[in-house]
Amino acid sequence: MALPITYNVRNVRVRWQLTLLAVVGIALVVTTIVFLTAMASGFSLALRATGRDDNAMVVQKGANAELTSGIGRNAAQVLLVDPRIARDDAGRPLSSPEILVVASYPRKADGADVNVSVRGVTPRAFEVRGGLRIVAGRQVQPGLPEVIVGERVRERYGFEVGSKVSIQNKPWEVVGVFASEGSGFESEIWGDLETMAEPLRRQGGYQAIVVRLADPSTFEAFKNAWENDPQVQVSVSRERAFYEAQAGPIAGALLGLAGFVGIVMGVGAVFGAMNTMYGIVASRTREIGTLRALGFSRRAILASFLTEAAILAAFGGALGCLLALPANGISGATNSANFSEIAFAFRVTPPTLFAGMVFAVMMGIVGGLLPALRAARLPITTALREV
Amino acid sequence: MSGNGKAPMVAVEGVKKVYRRDAEEVKVLDGLSLEVPEGDFVALMGPSGSGKTTLLNLIAGIDRPTAGKVVVAGTDVAQLGESELARWRSRNVGFIFQFYNLIPVLTAEENVALPLLLTSLSKKERRERALTALKVVGLAERSQHYPRQLSGGQEQRVAIARAIVADPKVLVADEPTGDLDSKSAEEILALMETLNRDFGKTIVMVTHDPRAAQRAHTQHHLEKGVLSL
Repeated sequence: MALPITYNVRNVRVRWQLTLLAVVGIALVVTTIVFLTAMASGFSLALRATGRDDNAMVVQKGANAELTSGIGRNAAQVLLVDPRIARDDAGRPLSSPEILVVASYPRKADGADVNVSVRGVTPRAFEVRGGLRIVAGRQVQPGLPEVIVGERVRERYGFEVGSKVSIQNKPWEVVGVFASEGSGFESEIWGDLETMAEPLRRQGGYQAIVVRLADPSTFEAFKNAWENDPQVQVSVSRERAFYEAQAGPIAGALLGLAGFVGIVMGVGAVFGAMNTMYGIVASRTREIGTLRALGFSRRAILASFLTEAAILAAFGGALGCLLALPANGISGATNSANFSEIAFAFRVTPPTLFAGMVFAVMMGIVGGLLPALRAARLPITTALREV
Repeated sequence: MSGNGKAPMVAVEGVKKVYRRDAEEVKVLDGLSLEVPEGDFVALMGPSGSGKTTLLNLIAGIDRPTAGKVVVAGTDVAQLGESELARWRSRNVGFIFQFYNLIPVLTAEENVALPLLLTSLSKKERRERALTALKVVGLAERSQHYPRQLSGGQEQRVAIARAIVADPKVLVADEPTGDLDSKSAEEILALMETLNRDFGKTIVMVTHDPRAAQRAHTQHHLEKGVLSL
């Protein structure tokens, strides 16, 4: 027969100093872990290729970043006649030739000059790249000095619709803001390819060409054909793989760090919770002896103390999640392989919060288990003698 | 000793209890035998370390003898497993402690009802029986008070109500008046006499206090782990 839960609830309430200590301790750990997870999830989203599996990314042979790549316009013309590339109703290839430069702007938060990627694209880019949409203002009009900015750029540099951005000493008007499902494009400024080519001195060629394959299974054949063609000198990779390779080391290191810190903090917190539970058990040893003498089983006592630990931990977890909530949407930044900043938003999602709660309760139960076992195993006569 | 042919309520036969302290063995009880007839009120006296509390613990089924037999209410206590023994205690033994040992976060009524959680009684029945027990000890009007709101004598009366609520055959009391002033002690002893006389409870009490011992029908003196008369 179990002890009533009111017994635990009242104990938690009556011993509120001890309770508070445990709850705050667990809460801070959960906050940190939710915070780190939110950062990691926003970060991995920003660096993950929004790329489609049926897109191929073509860059200059040997280049592992777009900025260091160059493909001549002639080579591009040759490549784009490949029959494996999907075509629209008018027979034009579904491709997005792009130019890329880096410009420097003062960051709103601290005024420091930070590199931002400026990308010139054709009107088809949104269609070919996928996952992009205008969230404020409108698209650029070819021929006019207009740009659209990613959401993170607007946020971090204050480039609102209607403001002017200087690119190569010329003012460009911001006419729209775009989003790309959290990907790295949100940290870029986009304009029309042909309008930008001359002022950015990129008339001779492109940095990269993204092409849609009519049949994704022809990728290997497409890749082999063009990589071995001495006329064009290109490397071909899947769009997703290209960006993953760029982000890999940074993302991996940061996620690894978050995991490591999380584990260390978690272990520390378990010891903290265990210490608190030991304290709670120690102060109630005689009470435990009394309950055992009255006929309560070891299992009932064990269950009772684990329940109490879980109640404490659940309070801690809830508080920790509340403390971490304001982190949602905070942005952080890292550098990409293009030497420009990629910003990302912290994402506190319901699954993250749920994981935080589960972690808290687990922590409480693991921390409570040893002292509860000790309490239940103590000989009754020993327990009764303790003050 | 039980001349009427009825089996005694408590029969202790040749009981030895040895504690191991580091490498040293400490003999607490050394072949002790004792019988307590049903309905008796027994006081166990003796100096510290004489083994009287150990004997009480063995009778109460919260400790096991190293050798010998302890039969209480017809059950050989040493033969029971851990959980059987716990169940046996909840039905046969009522505990009265020197420091009352009430649960501080539970009200008087909840403390008294605690042993009934181990029965199949409904919540309503448990409440009724707890209130009846509190009436017997004269504290019905304090049922919703917490232990810290009660005096020492009142706490001990709540503890006695808890000891009798499941209607056990034997009450064991370890220095029940040891922490009380003489007036409260007198009340507690009178209450125990009532429980013995009117409710037929067999009581085994450990005490230092000669005045307390005098209220018992039988006095046993222990010295170095054996009875000395």
